[in-house]
Amino acid sequence: MKIACFHLMPYRDLEDDFEKKYKSAWFTLPFSKVADPRKVSQYYNWTLDELTFAAQSGFDGVCTNEHHQNSYGFMVNPNMMGSVLARATRGTDVAIVQMGETAVFLNPPIRVAEEYAMLDSISEGRLVAGFPVGLGGDFSYSYGMAPMEQRGRFYEAHDLIKKAWTATDTFAWNGKYYQLPMVNIWPQPVQKPHPPIWVPGNASPSTWDFVIKNDYSYCFLTYFGAQGAKHMVNGYWDRVEALGRDRNPYRMGFLVPVGVSDSDAAAERDYGKAIEYFYHKGLHLPEHLLAPPGHMTHASLTHLITKRPFPPFEATQQMGYKEFNKRDYGVFGSAKTVTERLLDIVKTLRVGHLMLLPQFGSLSHEQTMENIDRLSKDVLPHLRGVWEGEGWVDHWWPSACAERKQKAA
Amino acid sequence: MAKPRKRIVPVLGGALELTVNVAGKGRPLVFLHSAGGFYWDDFLDELSEHYKVYAPHFPGTAPGRPEDIDRLDNLWDTITAYDDMLDALNIKKCRLMGHSFGGMLAAELAAHRPKAIEKLVLIAPIGLWREDAPYTVASWCALDADEIMDALFYDRNHPDVVKRMTPPSSRKAADLWQINFIWTLGCTGKVIWPIPDKGLRKRIHRVSAPTLVVWGENDNLIPPVYATEFAQVLKDAEVCMLPQCGHEPPLEQRPALAARVQSFLAA
Repeated sequence: MKIACFHLMPYRDLEDDFEKKYKSAWFTLPFSKVADPRKVSQYYNWTLDELTFAAQSGFDGVCTNEHHQNSYGFMVNPNMMGSVLARATRGTDVAIVQMGETAVFLNPPIRVAEEYAMLDSISEGRLVAGFPVGLGGDFSYSYGMAPMEQRGRFYEAHDLIKKAWTATDTFAWNGKYYQLPMVNIWPQPVQKPHPPIWVPGNASPSTWDFVIKNDYSYCFLTYFGAQGAKHMVNGYWDRVEALGRDRNPYRMGFLVPVGVSDSDAAAERDYGKAIEYFYHKGLHLPEHLLAPPGHMTHASLTHLITKRPFPPFEATQQMGYKEFNKRDYGVFGSAKTVTERLLDIVKTLRVGHLMLLPQFGSLSHEQTMENIDRLSKDVLPHLRGVWEGEGWVDHWWPSACAERKQKAA
Repeated sequence: MAKPRKRIVPVLGGALELTVNVAGKGRPLVFLHSAGGFYWDDFLDELSEHYKVYAPHFPGTAPGRPEDIDRLDNLWDTITAYDDMLDALNIKKCRLMGHSFGGMLAAELAAHRPKAIEKLVLIAPIGLWREDAPYTVASWCALDADEIMDALFYDRNHPDVVKRMTPPSSRKAADLWQINFIWTLGCTGKVIWPIPDKGLRKRIHRVSAPTLVVWGENDNLIPPVYATEFAQVLKDAEVCMLPQCGHEPPLEQRPALAARVQSFLAA
């Protein structure tokens, strides 16, 4: 199994009564009213330090991601972060996992093809190219495009980027959303035909089909914990089989907030406040802002409203540490406990790419570094071999990382 | 109350079918609904006693036809589709009325095909922009249920408002009601996102029909200052401000609205 360190880059010092004073932590929250730019400067540097430390300590990859206009996580251009990380990890076998720069937010989207190719060059072939559809609110409220265009733009941007990466000559692109007279990107990526593609998602069946048909790896990013994810992940694997693909666990990624302490009891003291901050403040996001009208297809909207597959978003606001931990919204405890529970999650959901979130909410830089250290020393070594013996090959891992690992061994 | 017939009308060279509600007798009156969707209400019903009312569903919002919106990419497609609709219905000249989102479309259609429009009624139309009175599609899409009530109504306890805005009691019907509401906002939003300032100001001088601009004095969604703005850019316009009224005059001030509209259309 590959284990990557994920980071959201949140605002870590919101006031205690923040969620009572403001309607949302997303889109409408004024930066100037709640945020201190000097602190933000420190957060970006801490984030880079934490991810670099994870890379040095034994994680297989480092993950960045893109969101806008919120205190939950504001790496507005993950490639700027990825670029620093690529350089900081030069010569290692650590993958630079961009989860990722969101093509539909940019016009023209070949900017993503160019930046990813640059990152693949700087990292000397260690890039994982994430292709998020993007959050509806980011796309339509922050970036001003009609909700109903998001999926169409996503599919077209994907086709355009792949063609730009692999074309041997200049071509014209006459799409529904994008028209370009001369596509001829410099550079093209180091990895051939292109870097491995991972698609993050939140259980949308149309995204599953896109991933499986294109033979990509899917990353399930859920807010509702591993236990609640089970029936959705089963739906993904059923679809994998229905479309004639194998049950290679590396087709599946999963993200978990995680905290390691001396004992299970100590974990509440160490991480309780921070995970409550993460859910109560970071995800203080009224549902009507999450997905603007038109973001979902009529079929998905009907499914969501008539079947109600998710618990109400606001429900997490009423939950506390004990329940988050019990229901796997995060995994906290001694190294032994965390290892056992992560193994259980990984096996149950059939995860080949595990993404751990060692910094969440208000967790301080020092605590985060210690958490990364404990994870690297006391947990990761016991997880890595979980799929060994089944003979699966990770086709979605940068070949340069695999080769370097082999050489080092 | 009359029960309108549904007519299916091919437009855009057959690429799209519009579902048009038709009721009444007399000279043609075309009504374009708001982003809240089409309702055959008392206001339209009364008008159908004097006119033959044609009220198309905006594409995607007709019952059972959500995918129709895929045939429409932008505002230009929309106005072309409604222009085609007039031909398909064999309407040479008509009175044209639109509410809010439909008001913007009505103004665009009247600018696009001025000679076909004899009288124009715009009820709290969107489509113009003033820096001192900003509004965006998010002003009605990014709201929770309570905020929507505040944005739309002067008196949320008005019986007609309660009747329109209370979800049905059965779970199944309430789900469908919610799906339709969200989907209708999505469909209408597609052609005006993110701000409905799409160049009407450059085209509105072409409107030749005498125009009645109606606004609720207490409209919290689209500022009433736009009544004056429309009157200024239109060649021949009169303004009717309705007291104790928000963004939905057909619900909150129906008798006053109907009287003023009837006398304007008849003159």
